[in-house]
Amino acid sequence: MLKIRVMPTLLYKDVGLVKGSQFDSTRRVGSVLQSIKVYNLREVDELVFLDIAATLAGRRPDFQLIDDIADECFMPLTVGGGVRTLADVRQLLAVGADKVALNSAAVENPVLVREAAEAFGTQCVVVSIDARRHPSGAYEVFTHCGTRATGLVPADWAREAEALGAGEILITSIDRDGTMEGYDIELTRDVSKAVTVPVIASGGAGTYEHMEEVLRRTEAAALAAASMFHFTERTPREAKLHLRAAGFAVRL
Amino acid sequence: MRKVSIIDYGLCNLDSVARAIEECGAAPLITHRPEDLRASDRVIIPGVGAFGKAVENLRRDGMDEAIRAERERRALPVLGICLGMQLLADSSEEGGDFRGLGLIPGRVVRLQRTAARERVPHVGWNEIEIRAPHPLLEGLATGTNFYFVHSYHFRCEREGDVLAFTPYCGRFASVVAQGDIMGVQFHPEKSQKAGFQLLRNFLSL
Repeated sequence: MLKIRVMPTLLYKDVGLVKGSQFDSTRRVGSVLQSIKVYNLREVDELVFLDIAATLAGRRPDFQLIDDIADECFMPLTVGGGVRTLADVRQLLAVGADKVALNSAAVENPVLVREAAEAFGTQCVVVSIDARRHPSGAYEVFTHCGTRATGLVPADWAREAEALGAGEILITSIDRDGTMEGYDIELTRDVSKAVTVPVIASGGAGTYEHMEEVLRRTEAAALAAASMFHFTERTPREAKLHLRAAGFAVRL
Repeated sequence: MRKVSIIDYGLCNLDSVARAIEECGAAPLITHRPEDLRASDRVIIPGVGAFGKAVENLRRDGMDEAIRAERERRALPVLGICLGMQLLADSSEEGGDFRGLGLIPGRVVRLQRTAARERVPHVGWNEIEIRAPHPLLEGLATGTNFYFVHSYHFRCEREGDVLAFTPYCGRFASVVAQGDIMGVQFHPEKSQKAGFQLLRNFLSL
């Protein structure tokens, strides 16, 4: 049986790892390579590395940094942040990313998703979607680290991204990001129902029960978490022990 | 020290395979030059990307012929990884209809979902069910998890060429072998301890 993946997310800004709340006011959480080494020892399922300042600053990805990370990383690695062109995707794969996450650039230039899938295979193209819930209850996709509204509905955009060639969808709730109050169930459910590719739930995990809840109530195939692993004693392994006890297939 | 040629057909990063080979105590050489196979003890056909383009590049470089010619001369075990395993087949329906290397009889077809919970691509950790013991699987048991990421699978013509299945979309062949030509649908270089065990087994065949 395919196992539920538990994926630590590493958010990078300037020179170190950070973790914020609702995409704002980040604080530093240490060096990247140190974290990677710890996760290697713990044999985590997969890692997500996002350079959250790149797009806002108009920077391209830091290929040298990704190269250094990939050299140390003996687990599948998804890299995102600042990816604008097919050449960026090619170079990230060349320096060792297993998958590349497209976010703002995919919204502005959806053809990029198709080109990347055709050139490198759908399996390495992750479309990352950040969304907010409006007071009315409607959801909207935001780009540029949550600063730009797009008018897009997350489930519709996910469906379109799949049709373009996305092999996975990473759905992040901006409202829940860093709050550790639990995933946005409705958002995750809408998006995971809209597509047939795997969906990674992200934003809000604070406890193992939150992880169990999103698996019970949505069709998410994987769970990403940042704050929970950086700021609490909780670990990916213990999360999986909890999920196994709750009846989910995990790899231990 | 064993010399391992990792075939570069220009579509993907091969560093992680090379690094894994180093960790397993052998000397990797990433190459697209047929003459490099002469000094090799092992060949790895890695893989990410699309079937048609991969096979086109292999032929352009003369690597398909080089592998065949070298294997006629002497023993040269081959391991295909993910797309590299699929390239061993006769043909593939991925993105059209393409001829493969024809080293193990069979056709590559798309995974078909059998339940709503099953998603394609098949991404993540899944187990193998070993149906025939083989030196490649030494020290690995049924139930061992490996990392997969693929939308197509190798449908072998002969059941006897399948060393292990994986239960997903029905079930598909996740380890195949015919003589010293072997293929794995998962990524041993990303599968931590179990993956390194398999690579060491390949090196010590």
